[in-house]
Amino acid sequence: MATSTLARVWHSDLAWSFRTSKTALISSVLLAIMFAAAIFAPQLATQNPFNIAELELWNSELPPFWVEGGSRQFLLGTDVQARDVYSSILYGLRLSLIVGFASVILAAVIGISLGLLGGFLGGIVDAAIMRFADVLLSFPAILVALLVNGIARGILPPSQHQDAAIYVLILAIGLTNWVQYARTVRGSTMVERQKEYVQAARINGISGPGIMFNHIMPNVMGPVLVIATINLGMAVLTEATLSFLGVGMPATQPSLGTLIRIGNEYLFSGIWWVVIFPSAVLVALVLSVNLLGDWLRDALNPKLR
Amino acid sequence: MMHPDDRPLLEVSGLRKSFDLSKPFINRLIERSERQFVKAVDGVDFTIQRGQTLSLVGESGCGKSTVAKLIMGLSRPSGGSIRFEGTELADQPAGKPAQLRRRMQMIFQDPYASLNPRWRVARIIAEPMKSFATHPDPGKRRKEVDRLLEFVGLSAADGDKFPHEFSGGQRQRISIARAISTKPEFLVCDEPTSALDVSVQAQILNLMRELQRELGLTYLFISHDLAVVNYISDWIGVMYLGRLVELAPAAEIFAKPQHPYTRLLLDTVPDISMVNRDMDRPAGEVPNPITPPPGCHFHPRCVHADARCKAQMPDFIASATGHARCHAVQEGRLSPIAERAALRGAV
Repeated sequence: MATSTLARVWHSDLAWSFRTSKTALISSVLLAIMFAAAIFAPQLATQNPFNIAELELWNSELPPFWVEGGSRQFLLGTDVQARDVYSSILYGLRLSLIVGFASVILAAVIGISLGLLGGFLGGIVDAAIMRFADVLLSFPAILVALLVNGIARGILPPSQHQDAAIYVLILAIGLTNWVQYARTVRGSTMVERQKEYVQAARINGISGPGIMFNHIMPNVMGPVLVIATINLGMAVLTEATLSFLGVGMPATQPSLGTLIRIGNEYLFSGIWWVVIFPSAVLVALVLSVNLLGDWLRDALNPKLR
Repeated sequence: MMHPDDRPLLEVSGLRKSFDLSKPFINRLIERSERQFVKAVDGVDFTIQRGQTLSLVGESGCGKSTVAKLIMGLSRPSGGSIRFEGTELADQPAGKPAQLRRRMQMIFQDPYASLNPRWRVARIIAEPMKSFATHPDPGKRRKEVDRLLEFVGLSAADGDKFPHEFSGGQRQRISIARAISTKPEFLVCDEPTSALDVSVQAQILNLMRELQRELGLTYLFISHDLAVVNYISDWIGVMYLGRLVELAPAAEIFAKPQHPYTRLLLDTVPDISMVNRDMDRPAGEVPNPITPPPGCHFHPRCVHADARCKAQMPDFIASATGHARCHAVQEGRLSPIAERAALRGAV
C-alpha cells in the first residue's frame, strides 16, 4: 500500500510538472536549505548572538573572512556589537520564517472560516463579511498591519513590548492577509454548495456545520494552497518591512528585517557586510517562495496543462 | 382502521412551490416594477402505492425535479401536503424526522456531482448509516458497505477508491448503494439514467428493477425519456408548466393517451408504427413560466383549443384511463385515437 501510494504520487501530473520545471527544482532546493538552516540554527551557528557572555567587543566590526582583516572564526564578519553576522542570519531567518508561517496560518484560518460561512449561509452574513473585506482591501496591506501593530502596542504595557513583539507581528500580518482566502473560498463554496453531493448530505440529515467542514471544505482547499504559498513570501516581506521601520522585532531578537535595519545604520561607515548578507538571504527566501508559488499556481491550473 | 398496507405510501395533494424572482427592493422602487414569482409547481396531486413506481415526465422546466426536491425536504413547499404513511412532511426540513427520512432516499441525475470527490467510496456509502444510526458500530458498518458494494455489482475492494476512479455507470451504482444503505422503502430517482450511455442505462434500470423486486421498494421516477419511463413505471404522470395534465397507468397512457400534450410527447418518440398516424403537432415553444398563458397553460400550442380553454383552467378530473386536465377530453371533443402499438420492449 505504501509503495503504491508513493508510486502514485511520483507518477502524478503535479510530480511530473515539478520534476520538469527548473524553476520549481531550484527554488525548492534553496527553500529546503533555508528551512534546514532555520530549524538547525543552534547547531549550525558558531555563536549565540543573543548571549552577551559570548560576545567579545574587540571582535566587533570584523569584515568577512576573505577580506583583509577578517577571521575564519567569523565567516561573514561581525557587527558593531561583535555579533557574528552568519549566526545572526541563521537566528534571524528562523524568526522571519516563524512569523511568516504563523501569520499565513492565522490568515488562512480566518479567511477560510469567514469565506465558508459567507458562501454557505449567503444573505446578510455573506454581505457583511464581504463588504468588510472590500473595505480592508482598499487599504494598502502595510498600512493595515501598521494600524493593528500600533493598536496592539498601545494596549500592551511598554514593559511587555519586546516579549510580545513576535505575537503582535503575527496578529498584524495575519489580520491583514485573510481577505484573499475569504474571497477565493467564498466563491468556490457558492459553487460547491449547489452540487448534488451536498443535497445528498442534507437528505441524510447532516447538519449545516457538518456539510460545511466535512463536505465543502475539502473541495475548496486547492486554491488555498497556492494562495498560502504566495502569501508566505508576502508575509515574510511585510514582517521585514515592519522590522525595518522599527515597529517589528526588537534588536535583542533580530529577524532578517531588524538585521537589515541595524546594518543600514552603519552602511556609510563602510561596514557593508552587516546589511548585504541578511538582505541577500531575504531576497533569496522571498524569491524562491514566490517562484514556487507561481509554479504551483500554473501546475494546478487545468487551463494551462 | 385501515390496514397500513392498504393506504398509499406517499400522498401528495395540492403541492405548490413558487420562487421569488423579484428584483431587489430598491430596483423595484426606482423602476416601478412588480414583484415577480414563478410557479414551478402549481397544485400537483398524486399517490403512490407501496411497491409501485410512479413516473413524472415532461419537458425541461416543467417542475418535475422540483417535486422531487419538495418531497425530500430539500426545498420548502409554498403550499399543499406531502404525507408519508400518513405523516405530514411538507413543513419538515430534509433529514427530519430522522426515523422517517431514513426510509426515504434519493438517487440523483449527475453521477459526477452526487458523490463528494474528496471522499472514499466506503465513507460515502456509510454516511447515511452513520447519520441515521442504523449501523452505529464502525466495524459492522464497514461490513455492510462491502455487502452493499457487491449487491450493486461492484467489489468490496472498491470501497477504498475515490469516485473519480469509476465510470458514470459505476458511480450511479455507488449512488444506489448509498441510497439503499439505510434500508429505505421509498426512493426518489431524479433522472438517474439521463447522464449515462444507452447501454449503461439498461444496466442501471435493470438493477433498479431488481432492487424493487428484492427489497419491495417504491419509486418516484423522474424522467424525460419515455422509453425509460415505459420500461420501469406502473403509473405515469405527465407534467406541463408546473401542473399535472394527465395521470394514468403506464400501459393505458401509452396505448390511449388522453391529453393533447401527452399525445404530443408520445409523437416525439420515433416509432415505425406511427407512419400512418394522425400527427397532432402543435406549433410553438413552451411559454415563459413567469407569465403562463391564462386558462389551460397548453392552449397556445393545442390544435383543439377553443374559447373555454383560453379562459378557464380545466380541473384535474377522471378520464377514460385515469385523470386528465383538459376541457376537450372532458367534453368529448377529441377524436378517439386508434390504440397505439405498445412501446413495450423498446428498451
